[in-house]
Amino acid sequence: MTTDHPTLSQLERYAAAGPGLDEPTVWAIEVHLEDCADCRARLAGSTTGDSRALVERVAVSLDREIAARPVPGGRSRSWSRLRHRWFVGTLAPWLAMTAAVLACAAVLTNLWTGLPSLVLLIAPLAPLPGVAVAWHRRADPAWELIAATPAAGMTTLLRRTAAVLAFVIPVLAIVGAGTGVSLALVLLPCLAFTVGTLVLGTLIGVRRAAAVLIAVWMLVVVAPSIAVARVPMLLEADGAGGWALATVVLSVVALLRMDGFRRLANHA
Amino acid sequence: MRTVSAAETAATTHPWAIHAEGLQVRAGRHLAVNGLDLTLTIGVHGLLGPNGAGKTTLMRSLATVLAPSGGRLALLGHPVDGRSELRSVRRALGYLPQHFGFYPRFTVREFVGYMAWLKEMPKAGVPAAVQRAIDRVGLSAKADARLKALSGGMLRRAGIAQAIVNDPQLLLLDEPTVGLDPEQRLDFRELLRDLGTDSCVLVSTHLVEDVVAACSDVIVVNEGRLVWQGSPESLSDQGGQGDAGDSPAERGYSAVLRRHRAEATR
Repeated sequence: MTTDHPTLSQLERYAAAGPGLDEPTVWAIEVHLEDCADCRARLAGSTTGDSRALVERVAVSLDREIAARPVPGGRSRSWSRLRHRWFVGTLAPWLAMTAAVLACAAVLTNLWTGLPSLVLLIAPLAPLPGVAVAWHRRADPAWELIAATPAAGMTTLLRRTAAVLAFVIPVLAIVGAGTGVSLALVLLPCLAFTVGTLVLGTLIGVRRAAAVLIAVWMLVVVAPSIAVARVPMLLEADGAGGWALATVVLSVVALLRMDGFRRLANHA
Repeated sequence: MRTVSAAETAATTHPWAIHAEGLQVRAGRHLAVNGLDLTLTIGVHGLLGPNGAGKTTLMRSLATVLAPSGGRLALLGHPVDGRSELRSVRRALGYLPQHFGFYPRFTVREFVGYMAWLKEMPKAGVPAAVQRAIDRVGLSAKADARLKALSGGMLRRAGIAQAIVNDPQLLLLDEPTVGLDPEQRLDFRELLRDLGTDSCVLVSTHLVEDVVAACSDVIVVNEGRLVWQGSPESLSDQGGQGDAGDSPAERGYSAVLRRHRAEATR
């Protein structure tokens, strides 16, 4: 181990790629540097301007590369993003309530054979509570912030409505299959009512639209059907075509009217 | 989400960023902004006024959260009313509300990134823009801390970071210095001056000293109307020894309000 430290002049010449230093001296300096932190620090101060500029350029370039790469995220981060981007966390209680009501309807339908299928009767309304809170200031803590972004209104509403349907449709399919009702007569009215809520929502707001459609369907269809213990004509087997047509027509109207949700008056 | 072209997000220049004529805005049933005329261009503008003067309602309407109920409002060359399409204006907007809700389990980086996503920023530039915004508000050390673990001042800075992440042409900050300690306020004033070099920044505050230190222009509103506009120096010139306040600017502010109230009661 070398005990004599190289001189500053020797270190400067070493840093400048060894002009005027013979090979044994260069080797001796290298061996010394491996063990001597002080001389390594002196060497760092003796580097040429070009070397320092090169190191700086590399550092800046590395910083930029690191900043440009997505932050590595685990499962919890992805879940967190999913929850908020698609509003899943806030919708969860409403969706749980919907699933519970549908499950109760399925149980009652199976137990009480004299009744028309309750699943069939309430299937059109299943997504509406979730859609009603999808874009509402009281449901979303960040509503004020989001309302000032380009995603406010239509984009957010459609994204969250899609999240509601992604949950409700499989639940309806399972519950419908369990009670033996036609899948088309469960799912098509559900889609038609969802789109209908959005269309009516452009006029009176989505929350009011959902409330109006739920009230009207309960009073005009569900209550009379239970009273007379008969499935209404609207939900009989040959009604599927009509619901499909209604869904398509309402979807076209919705596409034409959706811009309304980008306007100021329809945000609240 | 739709990919936004570079042309759509590129900065465009307008003779003014905010132009209001006889603007009326309701806060519930109350007409909080009542016949306000205002034109603002690039620079840092301080909005002063007593409680209930209509500052927050004005900020919310400028942020396109509230629809004007009367008069005319245009932002960055686009009319803002119940019929206009606001997407392009909102892409160029940064807004920090007086009270902002947040998702407590988000980290600062996720929160600012989420807002960048909602602002439809080009995806490739988002991570760097988020990091830059976090660095500018001095939250780099807390970038991966959850929002629920932050102090009030840090939350406020996270709010400012989300407002500036898209390099907005129009930046609206409602009470941004609430909860900031004196050192952070000094840093914030520096940030404001920097932001105001190429965008229109409107800062609503109760702190006259912040306005004097960081703003090139002062706006005083009362009872929903613009009652005075000028430089911080000329605000200081408005006051006399008999006016309330610890500094010339505070005395000037008191004098402006006193005169307006006297005129209103005539």
